[in-house]
Amino acid sequence: MAETRVETRAGARPSRLRRAWQSDFTWSFRHSPVAVAAFGVVMILILGAVFAPLIAPHNPFNPATLNLMNGFTPPGQANEFTGELFLLGTDDQGRDVFSTILYGMRISLFVGVSAVLLAMLLGVMLGLMAGYVGGWTESIIMRVADVQLTFPAILVAMLIFGIAKGITPPEYRNEMAIWVLILAIGLSDWVQFARVVRGATLVEKNKEYVQAAKLIGRSPFAIMLRHILPNVLNPVLVIATISLALAIIAEATLSFLGVGAPPTKPSLGTLIRIGQEFMFSGEWWILLFPATTLLALALSINLMGDWLRDALNPRLR
Amino acid sequence: MSAIIKVENLTRIFDVSKPWLNRMIERQPKALLTAVSEVSFDVERNSVYALVGESGSGKSTIGKIIVGLVAPSEGTVEVEGVDLASESDADKIDAVRADIQMIFQDPYASLNPRWRVRDIIAEPVAARGGKTAGLAERLLEQVGLSAADAGKYPHEFSGGQRQRICIARALSSEPKIIVCDEPTSALDVSVQSQVLNLMSDLREEFGLTYLFISHDLTVVHHMADMIGVLYLGRLVEEAPRDRLFSAPKHPYTQMLFDAAPRMDAFGREVEPPKGEIPDAINPPSGCAFHPRCPLAIPRCSQERPEMRKIGQTRVACHMAE
Repeated sequence: MAETRVETRAGARPSRLRRAWQSDFTWSFRHSPVAVAAFGVVMILILGAVFAPLIAPHNPFNPATLNLMNGFTPPGQANEFTGELFLLGTDDQGRDVFSTILYGMRISLFVGVSAVLLAMLLGVMLGLMAGYVGGWTESIIMRVADVQLTFPAILVAMLIFGIAKGITPPEYRNEMAIWVLILAIGLSDWVQFARVVRGATLVEKNKEYVQAAKLIGRSPFAIMLRHILPNVLNPVLVIATISLALAIIAEATLSFLGVGAPPTKPSLGTLIRIGQEFMFSGEWWILLFPATTLLALALSINLMGDWLRDALNPRLR
Repeated sequence: MSAIIKVENLTRIFDVSKPWLNRMIERQPKALLTAVSEVSFDVERNSVYALVGESGSGKSTIGKIIVGLVAPSEGTVEVEGVDLASESDADKIDAVRADIQMIFQDPYASLNPRWRVRDIIAEPVAARGGKTAGLAERLLEQVGLSAADAGKYPHEFSGGQRQRICIARALSSEPKIIVCDEPTSALDVSVQSQVLNLMSDLREEFGLTYLFISHDLTVVHHMADMIGVLYLGRLVEEAPRDRLFSAPKHPYTQMLFDAAPRMDAFGREVEPPKGEIPDAINPPSGCAFHPRCPLAIPRCSQERPEMRKIGQTRVACHMAE
């Protein structure tokens, strides 16, 4: 008798892990092959980037380990002078392409994630303020957002990059390049966050639970952060995912144009720029492998974002 | 018995104009909506005062002004002798705010879906830095739910249960007054009476005063001690419950009672109400009810009737006697 009771109770409230596994959200994930595949690709790439020092045969940032004789080794063939073998070949300086991709992805991902976090922080704060406070605050924030939207994001990022480069002393430029890149991409990307959060805030702020908090005497700041913010986070998560893919591409574009990560610390974009110089002289692998990695990374993140949007949209459930 | 809420000459005007540029192009004047117009009444301590009226009669606006969510355009509201709109002493405002709570119409929108019930109920106390340990559990049992529900989220409850949670939240800061804005109109009839009975019991237990806003005459008859009838933002009649139901003085009140469905007179000929509630942006001159009134005389369209005391009833009508 006592045993059966214990059993039914356990049946009514399964463990936290089990409940998470059975939730709608994970169900929708498990039943979407595209999402599972995209998640797999992203995880492999992220793990490769994180554990690059353990996986990569060379450290491409350490010139002492490089041998110029290894330059332009084709993929999968032994070098004709040194006899060394490189999985994906080497570039003009004899750097192993596989290693540079792993290390380059670290920079690409770091810049992308940091830029999206910056854009998200800025956009969510400004969007909440615009939506909740209204009036002049809203007009000013949203007009600035509208004006910024009329320029291509990459142009805004290049402008910010140019200004920042102009005011940093030359001896710090290479070290600062990454941070300037994050700032430039982050500042060019906050608008979508602000717009979506403002829209959602306008809906939420008229609901009665916000009025209840108001009449208790909660400050506007507390109402925005504790009441409204948790209820507008779903769309923010979706935009953050898709923005991450865009930020990685923006970083690659800037680096390709030569205004991003310096050649001594190459990101995927820098590698593509280096590679395209040799494309027409037959050394195709220097361009193709970094470009394919960038494509796989951006595409999988985008596909995950698409799935997330559908999974979090109550109307599509 | 003394008045715990004193409402004096309360007026609230909303600016519902189009944006400035549209107005200039279309050459329209500003549109001002008078939601509440020169309303005065007192609510006695430990009583239930009901405000009834059609949609758009300004009853919810009065409730929101009393709790301090909306500022009055003119007139004053004194809660325990403190006028929230003009008082500058923050401690006094805080003390009054703790004494007055509200229960909202829509139990689906009035609980934050991302908060646990425990935190929702304790918020009025937590906002003032009070002790909240065990508070939610105790209140949940008091409103007829189980203490184990404190860890759940609002979507795990039905409409009636949610309204009980709202009541628990309203009780948590130990208020003296609760403004109930149509607390049962979103609920099933079978659940309505449970919630109303709970509210009556809690009133006796805690010595509460209710300002009860409703359009449902049956509910009002069940709950109220004193009833004020609103028409287009104006108080047209105020009387003790039995007085109002047995001898309504104002022609609008009579029309409301005639139109309401009654179980004891099933199948009777119902006189449908004539006309519609007028536009609050351009209200009729004189008495706002005169275009629909069967007793209207020329004076009614020229002169706005004052509140007159006839026996226990206060009525704003030239013809009433």
